[in-house]
Amino acid sequence: MCLAVPGRVESIDTEGDILIGRVNFGGVIKRVCLDYVPDIQVGEYTIVHVGFALSRIDEESAEKTLEVFRQMGMLDEELAGEEEAFARAAQMIPSPCPDGSCGDK
Amino acid sequence: MKYLTEFRNGEVAQRIAQQIHRIATRPWKIMEVCGGQTHSIIKNGIDQMLPAGIEMIHGPGCPVCVTPLELIDKALAIAAQPGVIFCSFGDMLRVPGTECDLFQVKGNGGDVRVVYSPLDAVELAMKNPDRQVVFFGVGFETTAPANAMSVHLAKRRGLKNFSLLVSHVLVPPAIEAILSAPGHRIDGFLLAGHVCSVMGYWEYPPLAERFRVPLVVTGFEPLDLLDGIRRTVLQLESGRHEVENAYERMVTFEGNKPAQKLMSEVFEVCDRAWRGIGVIPKSGWKLSEAYREFDAEERFQLSGIRTVESPLCHSGEVLRGMMKPAECPAFGKECTPRHPLGATMVSTEGACAAYFNYGRFISAEQLAGAGLSAVGQPNDNWGSK
Repeated sequence: MCLAVPGRVESIDTEGDILIGRVNFGGVIKRVCLDYVPDIQVGEYTIVHVGFALSRIDEESAEKTLEVFRQMGMLDEELAGEEEAFARAAQMIPSPCPDGSCGDK
Repeated sequence: MKYLTEFRNGEVAQRIAQQIHRIATRPWKIMEVCGGQTHSIIKNGIDQMLPAGIEMIHGPGCPVCVTPLELIDKALAIAAQPGVIFCSFGDMLRVPGTECDLFQVKGNGGDVRVVYSPLDAVELAMKNPDRQVVFFGVGFETTAPANAMSVHLAKRRGLKNFSLLVSHVLVPPAIEAILSAPGHRIDGFLLAGHVCSVMGYWEYPPLAERFRVPLVVTGFEPLDLLDGIRRTVLQLESGRHEVENAYERMVTFEGNKPAQKLMSEVFEVCDRAWRGIGVIPKSGWKLSEAYREFDAEERFQLSGIRTVESPLCHSGEVLRGMMKPAECPAFGKECTPRHPLGATMVSTEGACAAYFNYGRFISAEQLAGAGLSAVGQPNDNWGSK
């Protein structure tokens, strides 16, 4: 849950009272709040956690980190959409309680 | 791809590991605080590349793991209420409460949604004025800026139907608690890189000084972890105890000032119960007086919640670094990721789940003792442990 993922800022817009950017994480685009890095520019890289840009990062480090996270399988969980998250959860069928502590029958 | 190949070939990694083998003359115990780092260490076998005496102790930095069972039960009770839209990150869906989990609440008709960001929950509240939207805001300092902004926006936009079920925990007081415990075994710490990208590392020099331990800001990738360990061992071998930044491309001393400013407005420090550990003084954030009206625990008066922890679970000892997951009598038997008895088996970032998922049914020391260490060479500098 504490993983921040690097991405490239593709566009910046003001949506009402907040600064929102479209950020590209190796092909997956997400809407990201840029209020904590207000002077970031289109084309720059930032690390993002749960929809919030937290700091700037250079391009080479960003691409390298993205690739390593992808290979470690950490990206899928961070960027999963709602349907995907529920599908994942559905596969995790809890086994019956082995020690009886949960009142399972 | 080239970068991973770089690691798979492992030349750079081997070089750093060999350096650690060369400089280490004594056994040292190093705790990585963050659950993401634990996951990466076990998955990539970083601990097995180290000399036999350098032991990685897995710390309490998995937010899902340390969220008290009572709070999970409260979340389930709120999510089951009619008229509520309950929003959470995906990794909380299957965390078992005393009787069920959020996924089952949804199956029974509860409106449980998975959101990517707390801002999505604020937008849901604006689109559904006749419903109460609750966001389950757990996490360390990395997640707190997002939750702070969501409440701040809800207030600015005058939303009366948005609230936060909040349990934020903080790294520095946890380190202080671990180092204050009698008989603790930790010689140095890897600090969590992404927590420090928000908070900087200005909070840590007094801890390094008071407890005379090296604290090294470290990233999540295999080479980052090895470098963090190398720098910690170098400090230990030369008798230094400093705060050092091995993650400069992400972390500055000051951290993110605008985030820190908003968090100091929205939150205030409070005592916080850590699952498996107990209450640590001043170790969490709750909503400040100015934002208290957005506290879901105040909005939904919950009673009759009965929380029961398994008596077989040793997660507290695991989280304090007193026991390795594979040393727990219930590990892999009564307790598995499909039926977690406690905090550290619950989340993929938990130490027990990492050990289980990557087949670590015996400890790294037993591996090393049996001559099975991944890089193999027995260390000449000291006898086997």
